[in-house]
Amino acid sequence: MKGVIAYLSDGRSRRAIVFLLALLAVLLIAPWFVGDYLLTVLIVIFYLAFTGQAWNIMMGFAGQLSLGHALYAGLGAYVTAALFTRYGVAPWVGLLAAAPIAALCGTFIGFLAFRFGVSGVYFAILTIAFAEFARIGFDHLTIVNASAGLFLPVAQYTHNDLWRLRGNPTMFYYVMLAATAFAFVLCSGLRRSRLGYFWLAIREDELAARATGIDTFRYKMYAIMISAAVMSFAGVFYAFFYNNLFPEQVFNITRSIEMILGPIIGGIGTLFGPILGAFVLTGLAESVTGAMAAFGFDLPGAKQIFYGICLLLVVVALPEGIWPWLARKLGVEERGE
Amino acid sequence: MSLDVYLNVAVAGVLTGLVYGLMALGLSVIFGVVRIVNFAHGEMMSIAMYIAVVLFSTLHLDPLIMLVPIAAVMFVFGYVLQAGLINPFITRPEHSQFLLVVALAIIIVNALLIIFGPDARTVQTSYAYDSFELGPIIIDASKLYAAAAAIVVTAALFGFFRFTLLGKAIRACADNYTGALVVGLNVKHLYALTFAIGAACVGAAGTMMTLITDVTPALGPGYTLLAFVIVITGGLGSMPGALVGGVLIGLTEAIAGVLFTPSAKSMFAFGILVLVLLFRPQGILGRRLT
Repeated sequence: MKGVIAYLSDGRSRRAIVFLLALLAVLLIAPWFVGDYLLTVLIVIFYLAFTGQAWNIMMGFAGQLSLGHALYAGLGAYVTAALFTRYGVAPWVGLLAAAPIAALCGTFIGFLAFRFGVSGVYFAILTIAFAEFARIGFDHLTIVNASAGLFLPVAQYTHNDLWRLRGNPTMFYYVMLAATAFAFVLCSGLRRSRLGYFWLAIREDELAARATGIDTFRYKMYAIMISAAVMSFAGVFYAFFYNNLFPEQVFNITRSIEMILGPIIGGIGTLFGPILGAFVLTGLAESVTGAMAAFGFDLPGAKQIFYGICLLLVVVALPEGIWPWLARKLGVEERGE
Repeated sequence: MSLDVYLNVAVAGVLTGLVYGLMALGLSVIFGVVRIVNFAHGEMMSIAMYIAVVLFSTLHLDPLIMLVPIAAVMFVFGYVLQAGLINPFITRPEHSQFLLVVALAIIIVNALLIIFGPDARTVQTSYAYDSFELGPIIIDASKLYAAAAAIVVTAALFGFFRFTLLGKAIRACADNYTGALVVGLNVKHLYALTFAIGAACVGAAGTMMTLITDVTPALGPGYTLLAFVIVITGGLGSMPGALVGGVLIGLTEAIAGVLFTPSAKSMFAFGILVLVLLFRPQGILGRRLT
């Protein structure tokens, strides 16, 4: 335990540790103080924080822009949900199948792209193409009910069944909080590993990285595999929390865009940025829709326009994201940023 | 099914593909010169489509007549966009530029959704059900006019880039940015002009597209992707490549629509993209990537 703490706190200021622990403590007791609505908002925030962190491994660490990450979440969702509804396989066991499938899919896309040096925006377009391919494919895949949607049995649960992920929102809250914390620890470990430094070298200058003897193809492949595998859990959560899956929604490009907004607004490549971004974005979006509802407006698309404007403002005014700026103010910068 | 059916479908696919080609040409021009990946391309096309639909439903102006005016409006839109918003971004990292345009795309799609609602709109011209018979082949009049207009616009564009001084100046910017600056070209103005030309292309394509299909706000991202698939398939930076890619994708979609189900047709466009990336990553008419 002491070793773990020492490892995690290595290279961080005392202030940053205190800040993180205080945040964690507040979040741990939050369900006792917040209502149902706020609890759901927090679940959505952690979901986006988790997906943001998974995406950040690809873009933030290794510098590969993926705009089709909904694909991996969708695969995770469909594989575990199908195994659960058909054979009663628990989601945690299903994840053992879903994560490798997502990683394999990522490997295929990465192989196609990286082999020919397809990078930057062309890589991004390839990832979208695959997500769209999956969306249309699943729309015609009858074993998962095609476009009619896959539903998980819903009931009023008297007790929480963590193993089968059936329960009330409080259970889901803790599951997602734990997942976010896990992703944070994982990313922070990766970031300071040998692998993490190779990724940063590739992100900063791929040619120079290759010149120093880094097998860029291999490490980019690792990035997409890890990112996809982590992302598949987000899909598992999505399936069991919302209890319904439609290809049109799960694989939609809007999902992929939502996932990347958090880390971009929070700060690409930072460890805490995706989490902060999820809080800021979801908080603002909920306030805007709440305020509009209070004034009797109901415009479909208004929330997306709001997302668009947020993205525009951040890209124009704060290209590094909020976290690097805020961290300097608070004196808790991450080492090497 | 007899061979005639396939022949008819193939002709319709090629005609639609020519309009696709014009759309992708706009993207190709913008990318080739400004090096900006216009991820709002399909969304800009939706704007043009809505202008055409609104002009038709309120003033009964035929999209064929409105081709040039709408292209001109999109030209101005494109110029302002590049000069005002994108030019300051040309020295920024690639992903930063990309996200800027993605933000723009999100705003356009949802603004259209709020203004026009989610329902499909359509243009019902007097010649909507006319057709020409050519032996066993029946050619849809609307599609033929649309494809003809696409060819004319494309030809005009080729001529502009090859023979006019302005076209040469723009090509100079594309070939060598620093060189263009050194010989005293106003690169920012030329960039804005190029983006405007790309926007006019997609405006013309969008106007023609209303003759072929309905318009809904949700179509934008799909068209953007289609344009990219076409440009990558045809070959990056190759103007004829965009047309060839457009025809190929149009043909594939049409045939796939008959052989399988129409709703699955764009899967085959993506399938072609994957095949091209696997076996000929530089695209059909593209130069080899280094």
